[in-house]
Amino acid sequence: MSTQPDLLYSEEEEALRAAVRDLLTDHCDAAGVIARTESDTPYDPELWKALSEGMGLAGLLVPESQGGQGATHREVAVVLEELGRAVAPLPYLTSAVVATEALLACEGDETAKLLAGLASGRTVGALAVALSVGPGGHYKAVRSEDGFLYGELTGIADAAVADVLLVPAEDGGLYAVDADAVTITPQVSFDLTRPVATVTLDGVRAHRVGAAEPAVRRALRAGAGLLASEQLGLADWSLTETVRYLKERKQFNRPVGGFQALKHRLAQLWLEVVNTRAAARGAADALATGSDDTDVSVAVAQAYAAPVAVHAAEEALQLHGGLGMTWEHPVHLYLKRAKADSIAYGTAGAHREALAGLVDLQAP
Amino acid sequence: MTDAAELRRRTQELLAAHPPATTERVDFLKARFDAGLAWVHYPDGLGGLGAPRTLQAVVDAELEAAGAPDNDPRRIGIGLGMAAPTILGFGTEEQKRDFLRPLWVGEEVWCQLFSEPGAGSDLAALGTRAVREGDDWVINGQKVWTSSAHVARWAILIARTDPDVPKHRGITYFICDMTDPGVEVRPLRQVTGEAEFNEVFLTDVRIPDAHRLGEIGDGWRVAQTTLMNERVSIGGMRIPREGGMIGPVSKTWRERPELRTHDLHQRLLKLWVEAEVARLSGERLRQQLVAGQPGHEGSGMKLGFARLNQEISGLEVELLGEEGLLYDDWTMRRPELVDFTGRDAGYRYLRSKGNSIEGGTSEVLLNIVAERVLGLPSEPRTDKDVAWKDLAR
Repeated sequence: MSTQPDLLYSEEEEALRAAVRDLLTDHCDAAGVIARTESDTPYDPELWKALSEGMGLAGLLVPESQGGQGATHREVAVVLEELGRAVAPLPYLTSAVVATEALLACEGDETAKLLAGLASGRTVGALAVALSVGPGGHYKAVRSEDGFLYGELTGIADAAVADVLLVPAEDGGLYAVDADAVTITPQVSFDLTRPVATVTLDGVRAHRVGAAEPAVRRALRAGAGLLASEQLGLADWSLTETVRYLKERKQFNRPVGGFQALKHRLAQLWLEVVNTRAAARGAADALATGSDDTDVSVAVAQAYAAPVAVHAAEEALQLHGGLGMTWEHPVHLYLKRAKADSIAYGTAGAHREALAGLVDLQAP
Repeated sequence: MTDAAELRRRTQELLAAHPPATTERVDFLKARFDAGLAWVHYPDGLGGLGAPRTLQAVVDAELEAAGAPDNDPRRIGIGLGMAAPTILGFGTEEQKRDFLRPLWVGEEVWCQLFSEPGAGSDLAALGTRAVREGDDWVINGQKVWTSSAHVARWAILIARTDPDVPKHRGITYFICDMTDPGVEVRPLRQVTGEAEFNEVFLTDVRIPDAHRLGEIGDGWRVAQTTLMNERVSIGGMRIPREGGMIGPVSKTWRERPELRTHDLHQRLLKLWVEAEVARLSGERLRQQLVAGQPGHEGSGMKLGFARLNQEISGLEVELLGEEGLLYDDWTMRRPELVDFTGRDAGYRYLRSKGNSIEGGTSEVLLNIVAERVLGLPSEPRTDKDVAWKDLAR
């Protein structure tokens, strides 16, 4: 097996990271994110504009000939690490990755137009498949009659800010639907920074962009694989912030971080973060190179990264003591995102089950 | 400047002058050392060419392709990995000239006389004494956990030369002749039944001052070089998927469906993922080293592998069911190397318990990660300014 992916970051990728981090430092502080979750606009349209139109990052996966940047999943992964570190309220993963990947599996003029719109960031897209569905998982399709769609879909991430929805129908087609033509009802989301909604289609005119099955599978695989980078960012923030706090916080006349019981927990967490970085880079590189090993790499990354992100956020909350339990401290945003991420695009258990088939370790 | 092309040319020259098919193994290795192709990053005349360390891979690949003999790095690991860099860093010109060549060729095996029954993780608390008598030092004490002592020609040794100063300051570093009549090596039998390690008793062993490494009382600093190199040695090798302990258990799972249970399946998949991720981490570390960006990751690798090996081998014993009640061989053997794959699951389970103790316990390594990588405050040191002789024992 010749599976030696490039697991490092290139200089260009580090420069990209620095640029994204600068933007987020200036425009995405924790207090602002918390305040926004309680407002009518949980997303930050100006930040989205800066990231997509200003920096061109919504189009990284789209070839230059189709209006994008012609970059790869490796660069997207770096962007997602930073967005995860800032728990940024942006539809990047759902629109610039998942919806974009779905369209990249389709053809035609309408598809090209949509793709260019998504790549520019002026249009936000959402795949109308519940966020909990993993690659290869069962997803709900709506009824189609003479080019009109009927049905109700739940758990659709970022539907509330989408301009266009990509909807799988029972006839096997993937349809593009104008968001204005459907009813989008926000659900009360566990993750305040990536809300889910119900989408109701009541005889909506829709345009078929391609076959649903390959498009959805491709989109969810990329989503799952790159989610690991977001989880890496979340976990890295949780560790870094907790270490910083424990060096300052004193109890029993000593910095709390000097107690061995806590030091060992943080060192253990560091090791998990280091491993997550290798797993996430592995998946990003496999997706970027179209490696034969992609399915395994994605399943490994997701099965490993999801529990680590949750563990890191849980440790961060616990080790911040009473402060960690407050609404004003941002750690709850990370815990909620990490826990929701552990379900998004398939649970760790679902990915392990997929692996059983992929690497021939069959169930009894 | 020695670059890859130059090294390839020199390697081909060596092969032409000493064809592996018709040259004695040791002669070939000596010629390779003399050509500066043993460890290319070492200085001219000492087996190297002062080239970048990463270029060693170029030489190794050429030699492997030509079917050249190697110097069996696993068998002489302590010499290569620990004694050599320390001698290079602190030895006199004479010491470098005398010791490095036979060490690298493998004619002389080295062992490490560091740990003592009362000084394991707290190594600087060691009590083996070295007392000056004319041009010699007279050594008395006991060392333990000494691998290869029964086959070693030389040892690196740390001993206390000044008990009146705090423990880190009164230590001196020596090269000890294992054939000295005062050196007694006794096998130390382990939980596995075999005696991979030894106890070494040192009674009036005389070491000439010319075999001292570094300054008197500076032994702790010299030992840091040895210990740092002990941990650097990981990460050089590429491991294929299922290359570690997860390999045999996965194979058994595939071949023997009658052993499968749902509980074991869940645990196996979880460990398979962890083993694959640990492998990727090792690969990432290797890539960082090659790219000249060494990270802190190495500090954590051993921690991860120790726990994984223990969990995987424990699962394997359970998977075997009735066969897990058996053990392949309890006779006291004296292996030169740890043989994880040549023995059965029960052996792997028992031997892997040592993985979280040898080369630094996991508890100490977690402290090291917490303090040196994360920058957390260090443990309170109550022994810092106390003379060694006044410490409680």
